[in-house]
Amino acid sequence: MLGRSANGIFWLFRYLERAENISRLIEAGFRMALTRDASDASDEWRSLIVTLGLRPGFEARHGTEYTGPHVFNYILRDKDNPGSVMAMTEMARTNARMVRGGITREVWESVNDGWMKLKEALARPVTETRLGDVLDLVRRQSTQVRGAMEGTMLRNEIYNFARLGSFIERADNTARILDVKYYVLLPSISYVGSSLDNVQWENVLRSVAGERAYRWLNAGRMDPRGIAEFLILDGRFPRSLAFCYSKLRSNLASLAREYGGEMHSHEILRDADCRFHQATIEAIFEQGLHEFIGGFIRSNTALALQIQRDYRFID
Amino acid sequence: MKTTSPSSYDEMLNADGSVRPAYAGYCQWYDQQPPDLLRRKGSEAEAFFRRTGITFNVYGNEDAEERLIPFDMVPRIITAQQWRKLSRGIEQRVRALNAFLHDLYHRQEIVRSGRLPARLLKNNVAFLPEMVGFTPPGGVYTHIVGIDLVRTGEDDFMVLEDNARTPSGVSYMLENRETMMAMFPELFTRVRVREVSDYPRRLARSLAACAPPACDGKKPVVAVLTPGIYNSAYFEHAFLADQMGAELVEGSDLRVENGRIAMRTTRGYQPIDVLYRRVDDEYLDPLTFNPNSVLGVSGIMDVYRAGGITIANAPGTGICDDKAIYSFMPEIVEFYTGEKPILQNVPTWRCAEPDSLKYVLDNLAELVVKEVHGSGGYGMLIGPTSSRKELAAFEAKLRAKPENYIAQPTLSLSTVPILTKAGLAPRHVDLRPFVLVSPNGIDITPGGLTRVALKKGSLVVNSSQGGGTKDSWVLDD
Repeated sequence: MLGRSANGIFWLFRYLERAENISRLIEAGFRMALTRDASDASDEWRSLIVTLGLRPGFEARHGTEYTGPHVFNYILRDKDNPGSVMAMTEMARTNARMVRGGITREVWESVNDGWMKLKEALARPVTETRLGDVLDLVRRQSTQVRGAMEGTMLRNEIYNFARLGSFIERADNTARILDVKYYVLLPSISYVGSSLDNVQWENVLRSVAGERAYRWLNAGRMDPRGIAEFLILDGRFPRSLAFCYSKLRSNLASLAREYGGEMHSHEILRDADCRFHQATIEAIFEQGLHEFIGGFIRSNTALALQIQRDYRFID
Repeated sequence: MKTTSPSSYDEMLNADGSVRPAYAGYCQWYDQQPPDLLRRKGSEAEAFFRRTGITFNVYGNEDAEERLIPFDMVPRIITAQQWRKLSRGIEQRVRALNAFLHDLYHRQEIVRSGRLPARLLKNNVAFLPEMVGFTPPGGVYTHIVGIDLVRTGEDDFMVLEDNARTPSGVSYMLENRETMMAMFPELFTRVRVREVSDYPRRLARSLAACAPPACDGKKPVVAVLTPGIYNSAYFEHAFLADQMGAELVEGSDLRVENGRIAMRTTRGYQPIDVLYRRVDDEYLDPLTFNPNSVLGVSGIMDVYRAGGITIANAPGTGICDDKAIYSFMPEIVEFYTGEKPILQNVPTWRCAEPDSLKYVLDNLAELVVKEVHGSGGYGMLIGPTSSRKELAAFEAKLRAKPENYIAQPTLSLSTVPILTKAGLAPRHVDLRPFVLVSPNGIDITPGGLTRVALKKGSLVVNSSQGGGTKDSWVLDD
């Protein structure tokens, strides 16, 4: 397949994944804001903008007043925001058009259909009343595309590049949530594991759609160390870093089989993998959660770049 | 079923309102359908097209970035007998076009013999000196041709234009049929219609048969070259590549490597044997043609001339789309085939000739005037529907540069009914059959693309100007 097509597939699934994750973040933020007084709610919305790396753009547009409708409209549909959910969906579709021959009709149609519906839904400003429906739509699109892919795509290199895109992005998103929430919640390292606000931690879980799963596994107990372990190391949870990396591993292994050899990206992955296998949550907290996450984000980015190089996504 | 068409030939109905044989089966079926069925299916089809992304882009119109070409649900039907005659004529014409191109880029016997004025080639940008003395692999110049036909009577089909450069629209031919079969499956069990769906397979086979010397007997690698997703026909490029199982490449994917054109794959650069390019000559090779082009490949012309790749259609075939050249097609057909042309041209005045120019200027309000290099319905004048002011403006252009124009009578194009809010109503149509040429022969897909002017009385069928399309049926014997 063409390197450009591999790049297109990879980014198609990165953008879809990102749009989905952003919608989960907004949902969690919205819920938080509803249960808070005005100034705390505003803090919550600010933290959302910070997590997404949109602070300079947002403040240039709206100043430092973080109201819900400003924030979620900026994230969802603002034309000045190149990382808006609409822009992501648009780019996902553009990539899908570019690689139209590499994806099945079902996959293309679900991407295209989601884009059409979202474009309509985001044609006018989103109110708090409509927010839930819009977020639902974003998630449903992602689910539909994933389902179409599972059900109709050949398990070949194209599928592998799609999955690599999804899990690189998902791992990055989960790590960034951890990174920011860590900062917001813990003014100093000495507080780790002490007096943490349950609601805040539950919100972290909600941001990655993990609150039910966590509660089910832990009989309702909320403790920050357990939550960090769940999000980083629990290979059963589909948004944990460990899970994403097990998927990256299997897809890169398929590529190595198909191409008759390993590349440099396989080495990088092996190094990263080692860190997971040997890690315990105690060791991670010892090292410092922030440092661990920072290191993870950097190596995840390096892996993505190396995949793009190894498989000639660009010249 | 009542549609009236006072002056034009209606393909469905006789003057007395009775149904012509071609439409007998269809009308029988139609009369048994609930009255709103077609309209209901119409909106179903539109949703279907949007979802599947069968759209085209219109240049210079950013808001309407993607538009649908309106699809009308009433098929255009041609009998087996009519088609036999048409395909004989098309084959003869396409044979002549290829012989003509070979001659133009070699000895120019037709010019020497005095049948074609040399001035038509001089300073004609569509004539490429780079092709002189070179014979493309397999001797084929126009691998894919679209011949635009119009009809004015029972047996009167005429050629309006030859598209030998990069004819488009074949994906609509295929999708229109798919749509009709999805919407009205039982109709196809009642009326036997000849298949079109194997066109992509035939195209792939036809292209592979023209592999260059460098391919050396191996299975040829075919790729489709597109200008990219913002091109108006991108959907078609992607569609054809997909259906052929070929890679869809852009200029940035390609480079010259070891005397071949190679595409950047995830496994490294791999040579291409046959490039079905949907990029104009001008943009093909910045080293040879437009130096600012980013759509082509630097050095492809050198590789081409050295036998490293087949370019389909060959560069320089656009000369056949020139409307001044078109006006000589009767002579061209006779010169190369030794036969009388089976398909007639539309009578054409060459404004470069003083007598013709005088006639055209005297009768401007009755004529259609076209630029010799124009296409897509742009830059033309339709006398009868133009205001006095428009006529005067065009007259000035004509006088300033007469050799730039040809003129034709305003034809009374045949009509086929379309579905309107008020029921069936006749609209003017043309027909573009698609023709494949390889060393193994000429292959014509039965039917083609019917374009229809959706506005009442309008003669402009171009999709860029509000025309629509219909499924085109050739009946099985």
